[in-house]
Amino acid sequence: MILILEQLLNGLQYGVMLFLLAAGLTLIFGIMGVINLAHGSLYMIGAFAGTWVATTTGSFWLGIPAGLIAAALVGFLVEATVIRKLYARDHLDQVLATFALILIFNQMIILIFGRQPIFTPLPEVFYGSIEIIPGLFYPPYRLLIIAVGLLVAVGLYFLINRTRVGMLVRAGSTNRDMVRALGVDVRLLYTVVFGLGALLAGLAGYMTGPILAVQVGMGEDILLATFVVVVIGGVGSIKGAFVAGIGLGVVDTMLRAFLPTILRGFMAPSDADAIGASVSSMGIFLLMAIVLLIRPKGLFAAGG
Amino acid sequence: MRKLILPVLLIAIFALMPLIAELVGKNALMTLSARILMYAMAAASLNLILGYGGMVSFGHAAYFGVGAYVVGILYSHWMSEVPIFGLFPGSNQLLVTLPIAMIVSGLAALLIGALSLRTGGVQFIMITLAFAQMIFFLFVSLTAYGGEDGIIIRRANAVPGLNMRDKTTVYYVILVVAVLYFAWLWRVVNSSFGQVLKGIRQNERRMEAMGIATFRYKLYAFVLAGMGAGLAGALMANFLRFTSPDMMHWTKSGELIIMVILGGLGTFFGPILGAAAFLILEFYLADWTEHWQLGLGIILLLVVLFTKGGILGAVDRLKGGRQ
Repeated sequence: MILILEQLLNGLQYGVMLFLLAAGLTLIFGIMGVINLAHGSLYMIGAFAGTWVATTTGSFWLGIPAGLIAAALVGFLVEATVIRKLYARDHLDQVLATFALILIFNQMIILIFGRQPIFTPLPEVFYGSIEIIPGLFYPPYRLLIIAVGLLVAVGLYFLINRTRVGMLVRAGSTNRDMVRALGVDVRLLYTVVFGLGALLAGLAGYMTGPILAVQVGMGEDILLATFVVVVIGGVGSIKGAFVAGIGLGVVDTMLRAFLPTILRGFMAPSDADAIGASVSSMGIFLLMAIVLLIRPKGLFAAGG
Repeated sequence: MRKLILPVLLIAIFALMPLIAELVGKNALMTLSARILMYAMAAASLNLILGYGGMVSFGHAAYFGVGAYVVGILYSHWMSEVPIFGLFPGSNQLLVTLPIAMIVSGLAALLIGALSLRTGGVQFIMITLAFAQMIFFLFVSLTAYGGEDGIIIRRANAVPGLNMRDKTTVYYVILVVAVLYFAWLWRVVNSSFGQVLKGIRQNERRMEAMGIATFRYKLYAFVLAGMGAGLAGALMANFLRFTSPDMMHWTKSGELIIMVILGGLGTFFGPILGAAAFLILEFYLADWTEHWQLGLGIILLLVVLFTKGGILGAVDRLKGGRQ
């Protein structure tokens, strides 16, 4: 029971990270109509920039603004030079151009930081583990991630539902052309949305740094899962990204944690581990295929 | 007559490649040329649905890998003399393994296509990617066939009367299969089926209004494309004498799309030129710096942003344009 609870928390932690990435991606998708494969690169850039500042200054907290600023700056730059040219293009061109961006960013990171993974120093506050309920010890840093993720979710909820920018964003994801026709400066809106997405990706990247290794290719690993979240949640829907993100995070973590053990019940341990690991990796894709076959537009698709 | 110049020229170049490689003393040139042939086949099969049919499949490497694995699995069962599922014997005969590779990858494409084609747009891109990833992880999980490490094929499949232990012979076998494949593809894209496919890309609703069952046509094209990629993959397994899940990683699907775009979307010779451009670029850039992907990324970005219609499109424009 304790084990299940612990894995549930791990799933929640992975889920909120997926949500941070998917929230930006789904808005870029839904409002600007751009498939941005390079979203994972922004995540990677946030992680590297933040970690670099954290190790040079010795302060974990200084890394947060550094990661955010770096990701947002690169995001603005990418939007102004590449993405802007892709709005009117078809999906194929967008996939290719942003695929090219992945190659470019990966190599640039290798040139600057090398291929070896780097590690983010954790402040001493987060060492050890705390007892949440009797018998359940959990690392406080993971709790911090969950808290940050949920805070961002609440913040986004207010931003989208209570502010003027949020109103434009909602309108944009429902009917882009109508917003433009009403005289809104869509270009500015696009830049803001892309910058916001980049910011969230950078935050996610830096926050996961101490848990996973900060290395080249970290963006691609999580990118596919993020796309699955966006597609299942429905393109352009923050709510969908939240529900699908948490859901997938939990499902994926549970499968990875328990499937090999279950399989060990009726096959050789080495086979069970290998098959369990890869079937769990298939899990989220299988889920996406099933959701798309039943609801081709995703769970909470915005607009028509 | 003019139509024949390019194909004859291409065949002549590829046929002379082993001699040229020996002349300049660079055996790697023949390997490069063989890789171009096989990737050109895979890219051309993708072009059938992507370029002619307008279906952006982001999981095409899966069929390539399935074709390769059919050769690998048949070979390993032939070696161990244990029938597959206790029913079918393994084989090391090229004339057996190639058709089976095509059938199996075609069946995979039939299943995936029948489900994926119910969606469209972004969802289609993502669901084809998802299915390809599932197949990727499926083969990673097959510990009986090497799991992540894949299968080593000690000897290329046999063809009666040929010495397949000789690399040059294997090269010419690949060339013959590729020429046959492209001849067949030429007939397909210029048939009424090909016309319907182009019509669906331009305006699916209109084709439907004309009384054409578009879903069925798209599915046929999807299956044919899967079979083509499977054939190319089966040849690749023979040439490399190795198969692994890496062959169907999603970045490989991305590379196939890049080849199609580089050459020119929806053009017959585009995929050949695109595969050649991509692999030659990789060959020389990788020789020069380990950061060759940086150069590739920049070139790709420039091609997508500033050219329309890839290499063939640029050639057309230089000639004064038929656009």
